[in-house]
Amino acid sequence: MSLKKKFTEHSSNYWKTLSTPSKFFSLGFLTIGGFVAGIIFWGGFHTALELTNTEAFCTSCHEMRDNVFVELQPTIHYTNRSGVRATCPDCHVPHNWSDKIARKTQASKEIWGKLFGTISTREKFLDKRLELAQHEWARLKANNSLECRNCHNFASMDFTRQSKRAMQMHSTSLANGEKTCIDCHKGIAHRLPDVPAGAT
Amino acid sequence: MKFFLALFLMVWTVGVWAQPESDLQGGLQNGLRGSAALGTEAVPPLMPKMNNDDLRKKRAYAMQAPVIPHQIENYQVDKNFNKCMSCHGLDRVADSQAPMVSVTHFIDRDANFRNEISPRRYFCTQCHVPQMDVVVPVANLFKSTSGMGMPQKKSTK
Repeated sequence: MSLKKKFTEHSSNYWKTLSTPSKFFSLGFLTIGGFVAGIIFWGGFHTALELTNTEAFCTSCHEMRDNVFVELQPTIHYTNRSGVRATCPDCHVPHNWSDKIARKTQASKEIWGKLFGTISTREKFLDKRLELAQHEWARLKANNSLECRNCHNFASMDFTRQSKRAMQMHSTSLANGEKTCIDCHKGIAHRLPDVPAGAT
Repeated sequence: MKFFLALFLMVWTVGVWAQPESDLQGGLQNGLRGSAALGTEAVPPLMPKMNNDDLRKKRAYAMQAPVIPHQIENYQVDKNFNKCMSCHGLDRVADSQAPMVSVTHFIDRDANFRNEISPRRYFCTQCHVPQMDVVVPVANLFKSTSGMGMPQKKSTK
């Protein structure tokens, strides 16, 4: 028997099994069992996903803990009078489900980076920092600073409570959509690298 | 007599030794540490608010580096990045409408005019400082040079 024929026969057997009605299990068992299994799998998937969406998870690797997390700590998003704190995923992972899955899938490349030690030392990190920062700037620019706006809603801003400079900028360039948050607020949570003139 | 002298010396010595001891208990008056005893940590004063009214302040003399009339907390000024220049820099003032950094800052130490801020003028807060909202503990007797060289007004009784 040729290999091709064998393969065809096998796959047709599988298809036959899948397409024939169940011989042993009742319809009730299959529907209710399927429903329960669905809850368990979906719930498990979501729980695991949310576990990777915590500050504790991000800072469990030294690359994050010793570089960017340290820099976050003195900033207003971490240390402030009102006790509201933005943790890593608040700014780096979209909150909407589809966007979140897209970002998480994209972030699987970071596992590759971890395995091969792309930024495993401070020096490597500093060398790569501009590129990494530019990825984040591009992402925030493209989604109109979505992660900023999850908390900082433009419609809820009271300009009269802002400083004159802030009021001036927010009521013009931000209001008419010419600029988005990240255009002016780069380096708000982490130290900035040496950005070459003209680079964005 | 000798006995009394010895007694006096003893008492005097103890008194002299005891004096700083009582000071230590009550705390030394020190401008930086406050009145905390040497073995204890002083309670730091409340952190004052940084002036943020965006109004240019009068200079006390012509060559004074202007003070910063806004808050600059966590502004990054290091070898990688100068946050001040993202508004006060040559190519940023059109967008920001902030006063441009003085052209004297473009002259490097060899007297060349550069197109950007000279390294020797890079660290802004060496001369330009923000103002804190505090009551000064010691009154300032500094007199401005404005009016210097002008005929003095006769005080009228």
